[in-house]
Amino acid sequence: MIYWQLFWSFVKVGAFCVGGGYASMPLIQAEVIEAHHWLTMQQFIDIFTISQMTPGPIGINAATFVGTKLAGVPGAICATVGFVFPSVLIVLALVKLVYKYGDIGPVRGVLNGLRPAVVALICSAGISFITLALWNTEAIPKDFSSTLDYIGVIILPLALVAIRKKVSVIKVLFGSGIVGVLLGTFVFV
Amino acid sequence: MDQEIKQVEDKDLLWKLFKDTFLISAFTIGGGYVIIPLLKAKFVDEYHWIDDKEALNLVAIAQSAPGVVATNAAIGLGYRFAGIKGTLTAITATILPPLITLGTIAYCYDLFASNHYIQLLLKGMQCGATAIIINVALDLLKKEMKKKLVLPLLIIVGTFIANYFFKVNLMYAVVVDAFIGFFLLRDKKYS
Repeated sequence: MIYWQLFWSFVKVGAFCVGGGYASMPLIQAEVIEAHHWLTMQQFIDIFTISQMTPGPIGINAATFVGTKLAGVPGAICATVGFVFPSVLIVLALVKLVYKYGDIGPVRGVLNGLRPAVVALICSAGISFITLALWNTEAIPKDFSSTLDYIGVIILPLALVAIRKKVSVIKVLFGSGIVGVLLGTFVFV
Repeated sequence: MDQEIKQVEDKDLLWKLFKDTFLISAFTIGGGYVIIPLLKAKFVDEYHWIDDKEALNLVAIAQSAPGVVATNAAIGLGYRFAGIKGTLTAITATILPPLITLGTIAYCYDLFASNHYIQLLLKGMQCGATAIIINVALDLLKKEMKKKLVLPLLIIVGTFIANYFFKVNLMYAVVVDAFIGFFLLRDKKYS
């Protein structure tokens, strides 16, 4: 049955996709293109492109797209639920383990090593996003003054002041979006 | 750390969890470490449901499990806030936006990708997300600096360089840091 096949295929992808994001691509490719011929390579590349500009992780987007194409909305739900199913089990088991044994030397050591790593990864995402906001690329361009995006130059400090002044996260996101539309429509045409 | 997981007490807990996770997931484009600082800004800095250390522990767990970091973080945070109900609420709120968007976009992708105003809106929101991430990052860095512990700071610098400049696979970086912690950071002063 197609629903079961979709569910099971994405359980396998979800269970072995370690390292997140792009690490899931080869697994999805193996399952969806090579094993089941559910998508062509071109369609797969299209999903990748769409994922870059829509919300949501690529694995979930691929599951949704494949599921919808093969069996409509119920298919999309089966594939997506399959994809997150292993994560739910493993994360819950780890959370319980950590809360129970978090105070025992070795476990505490591992957590003490991982927390600074998380801080580093957040900083790394922050810097990539600064260059994306100011220059629309992930690396700082050589010609950094002429390629500057003035919409970013204006909104970024404003949003930073707002979040510093404890304006709610959602309001900062929406407000920045609206200022972006206003600036692009009336100022930098 | 507590023996039992104490759930958060807030009368609109599940509704707040759903609404805010849904909105953050719907309007953030980019990988897990874009959504995570936003969730942290909302649930830790704004609602004070848990403290920094617990939040970082939960993200560390999310990073260590298979699957997508953003959904894993939602699973862990949801469980901490409200048990299994919280997990189901948070994960539904995380998955629903991409499900709806991708389902719709499949029909009008060209319109979406080429519309000038949508592009401007996305650009603006991306700048807003950047500000929130910077704020979370600076805040966490400042707190780590205050502790004046050399080894955790070295882990931050080393992991940052490996990830940002050398594009090392996150999984390897995380495994190395877990080993460093396992052998060198067992002392209570590091927690």
